[in-house]
Amino acid sequence: MTKPVGMEVAVAAAEAVALCNIDVAACYPITPNTHIAEHLADIIADGRIDAEYITVESEHSALSAVMGASGTGARTFTATSSQGLMYMHEILPITPAMRLPVVMGLGNRAVSGPINIWNDHSDIIMQRDSGWLSIFADNGQEAVDMFIQAFKIAEHPDVLLPINVNMDGFQLTHVVEPIVFPTQAQVNKFLPPYKPFASLHPDHPLSMGTLGLPEIYTEAVKARDVATVNAKKVIVQIWQEWEKQFGRKYEPVMTYKTAGAEILILTMGSMGETAEVAVDALRKKGVKVGLLKLKLWRPFPFDEIRKAVRGAKTLVVTDRALSYGGPGGPVCSEIRAALYDQPNRPEIVNYIIGLGGRDVRVEDFMKMIEGAPKAKKSGDAYQIYGVRE
Amino acid sequence: MSTLTVTPNYATGVVSNFDLFAGKLVDREEYFSCGHRACQGCGEALAIRLMCKALGKETVIANATGCMEVISTLYPTTAWKLPWIHVAFPNAAAVGSGVEAGLKVMRRKGRIPDRYVKTVAIGGDGGTVDIGLQALSGAMERGHDMLYVCFDNEAYMNTGIQRSSATPFGASTTTAPAGAASPGNRTWKKNVPEIMVAHNVPYVATACHSYPIDFMNKVKKARAVKGPAYIHCLAVCPTGWRAESKDCIKLGRLAVETGIFPLYEVENGKYRLTVEKPEKLRPVTDYMKMQGRFRHLGKEEIGYFQDRVNLEFAKLMNKVECIESWDELKG
Amino acid sequence: MKKWPETWKEYNTGGIVFEPGNARSFKTGPWRSLRPVWDNSKCIKCGVCYIFCPEGCVQEGPDGFFAADLDYCKGCGICAHECWPSAISMIEEGQES
Ligand code: SF4
Ligand code: SF4
Repeated sequence: MTKPVGMEVAVAAAEAVALCNIDVAACYPITPNTHIAEHLADIIADGRIDAEYITVESEHSALSAVMGASGTGARTFTATSSQGLMYMHEILPITPAMRLPVVMGLGNRAVSGPINIWNDHSDIIMQRDSGWLSIFADNGQEAVDMFIQAFKIAEHPDVLLPINVNMDGFQLTHVVEPIVFPTQAQVNKFLPPYKPFASLHPDHPLSMGTLGLPEIYTEAVKARDVATVNAKKVIVQIWQEWEKQFGRKYEPVMTYKTAGAEILILTMGSMGETAEVAVDALRKKGVKVGLLKLKLWRPFPFDEIRKAVRGAKTLVVTDRALSYGGPGGPVCSEIRAALYDQPNRPEIVNYIIGLGGRDVRVEDFMKMIEGAPKAKKSGDAYQIYGVRE
Repeated sequence: MSTLTVTPNYATGVVSNFDLFAGKLVDREEYFSCGHRACQGCGEALAIRLMCKALGKETVIANATGCMEVISTLYPTTAWKLPWIHVAFPNAAAVGSGVEAGLKVMRRKGRIPDRYVKTVAIGGDGGTVDIGLQALSGAMERGHDMLYVCFDNEAYMNTGIQRSSATPFGASTTTAPAGAASPGNRTWKKNVPEIMVAHNVPYVATACHSYPIDFMNKVKKARAVKGPAYIHCLAVCPTGWRAESKDCIKLGRLAVETGIFPLYEVENGKYRLTVEKPEKLRPVTDYMKMQGRFRHLGKEEIGYFQDRVNLEFAKLMNKVECIESWDELKG
Repeated sequence: MKKWPETWKEYNTGGIVFEPGNARSFKTGPWRSLRPVWDNSKCIKCGVCYIFCPEGCVQEGPDGFFAADLDYCKGCGICAHECWPSAISMIEEGQES
C-alpha cells in the first residue's frame, strides 16, 4: 500500500479511473465536474493510458458516444453534473436497458433555476428512476475506492448495468484531501479485464437496441428490474472483497456510534463527516445519538435500513433535494416506505438541507437533532431547514 | 472492392442500355433481409439494401430511431446481417462516434482482430437535419472516421408525416397542412449537404435509390475516405408523399431530372455533377403531379417553386463550374 | 423461433438479437394484393427487377431468369414498372397467371 498523497478529489477521481485502464471516455465541460474531465484528458494526452477521449459537443452525445463504444466491448467512462445530467436524461434509461456497463462520475450540483453551480443532490435525484446503480462517496478516499469498485460492479456478469459515483460538487470535488492510491498491480488484481457478453463486430453480427412491442416490453422491464435488485448482492460482495484486499470497509448503510442510540440521523454524501462531529459533541453531552450514512442509493437497501434503525425511537433523515408537492425529501420517502410495515418503527423527521451550496455546519446538525421532537410535533412531513421565514 | 464507372444518363431519363445490366454486377449478398416491415414500395428500405451491398460485411451500423429502425428490429427479430446498434432518435452520429473510437482503440490494444472495420451512422431526415443536427455537426467536426448517410424522405414519416426542415416547399404534411390560409409547408428545404461541406468534410454527396449504381459508387467512395464523409440520399416514401408504390423509382428519377434534387458530389471541396447536365430541366410539375402532397398547389405557388428550383440549380452549377478543389487552391 | 419468449427469463440480456437476418421468419407476402408474374420470353436478363426490389426478394435463378420469393413480395409493383421490356405484369392475388 502506498503512502497517502494530498490531492484534489476530482483529480484523484480521474487518477482512479485511469488506474482502471479505460478504453474510451467522452466528457463535456460543466462545473463542478470539469476537473475530472480535464485531468483525465491530461492523463490520456500524456500517454499514461491508451484510450480515446472524445470531446463531444454535448452531454447528450457524451453518454451516446460511450454507449456506442461500450457496445464494441470497450471500458468506458463519462462525467457530468446538474444540467449536464439533465441533458443526458433522454439517454440515461437506455444505458441500463441495453445492459451497457458505463461508469459515470457525478460532481453533484443543484439543478436550475435559479441557475446555481453549487452543491446539492437535485441532479441525481431527478434521475432516480433511470435504472442506473448509484453510490455516494463521503470523502476523497471513498471516491477513489468507489470508482475502482464501480467498474467491477458494472461489468459483473450478473449485473451488466451502468453505475454513477456521486461526489458533492465543490464540497468534495474541489477539496484537497490525503488519499491512499492502490498500486496498478493491486488494481489489476482486483479488477479483471472487461469481457463483454456481446459486442459489435462483423465476426458475429448482432442487433443491439431493438424495438419492444407491447407483447415483450413488460418482460424486458421485469428482466431489468431483477438484474437491478440482484445487483445489491454483488455490490455487497465486491465491497467485502475490497475490504479484504485494501482494509477499507463499505456497506450499503454505514453506521457511526449507533450502539444504544435512541435517536439516529441519516445523511447521504459528504455531509456525513460534519454529522459525525455533531454526533461526537452530542454524545459528550450525554445524548444517545448515532449516525447512519447511506452509501447505496440504487438499488435501495431496504433490508439494511430496517436493520440499522432497530431500537431507535427517532430517525432524523436529511435530504439534499426536494420533491415539489410530494412526500418530502426523496431519501426520506424511500425510508418511510422501507419502515411502513415494520413494528416498533421510529418516528421520522425529515429535514431538507444544504440546497444550492447552503452551508450546513456542525451546530446545524446539533440543532436538527435536538429540535427533532419539536419538528415532529409540527405535523409537517418535512422542514426546509434554515430557510429565512 | 471495385468501383463501377457507369453513370446514369439525364437525357434518356432512364438508364442507357449498357447501364441496364449494371445491376447484375453488384454484390448479390443481401445484408438487409426480407421480412422487414417497411411499407410496400419503400424507397428508404431499398436505399438501405443498396447501401449495405456497397458497404459489405466489414461494417458496423449505428441507426437513429425512425422508420428504418422500427421496421427492421422488432424483438426477437432483426433484418440486419451487419452488426447494428440503435440508442435513440437524435444521437446516431454520437453513438457512431463512440463505435468508431471503440473499434479503433480495441484494435490498437489487440482486443479485437487486427483489421479495418468501417463505422456507418444512418438516420432519417428528422434524425439528421433537425433533432440530430447537433450530434452530426459534432461528429463531422471532430473528424471521426465515419460515414453518415441521411435517408431523406422529406418528413417525419414514422410518426405520421409531420413536417421537418427537409420537407419541400408546398408539401402538405400533418403539421403543415394545406388549408384555405396555408399553402402547406412554407419554407424551402434546408440544404444540409452544404452545411456538411462547410464542416470541411472531405467527401459529401447527394444520392437517390433511383440511381442505384451512382448511389453505391458514392457509398464505396465515402467508405474509402479515412475520415468523415456524408451522403444525403433522397428516399421516396409513397405513403407520405401520397403516391403509388410502383412509382417509387420513377419519382426519384423525376426529382433529379427536374433539378429539384440534383445528384452531385463534393470531393475535397470540388463540386461535380455525377450525372450529365441535361440540356433543359424538366418542369417541376412532372414531378409534383404524381404526388398527393402537392395536389393543392395553385399556379402562383408552382411558379414560385419552379423559379426557386431554377435558382438553386444555377447556384449549384455556379459551384460546379467555379470552385476549385482544395489541392488546386493550394497550387 | 418462438414468436415471443415464454417468460421474462428468456428475454435476451439487453434485448439483443443474436441471429442476423432472422426477420426472414416473418413473412410479408400476405400483405400483397397484386402479384408480379414474369414472362421469361420477354426477359432480357438485365437484373433491373433485382436491383430495385425494396424487399430484396427478387433473385436470379440458375437459368439466369429472375423471380420473386412470394413469401416476402409485398406487391409494390416496382419491378413490373421498371422492367425495360415489360416482362413482368402485376395480377390480382388469387387469379391465375
Ligand atoms: S427487369 Fe425485366 S428484363 Fe430485366 S431481368 Fe427483370 S424481368 Fe428480366
Ligand atoms: S412487386 Fe415489389 S416487392 Fe414484389 S417482387 Fe416486385 S419489387 Fe419486389
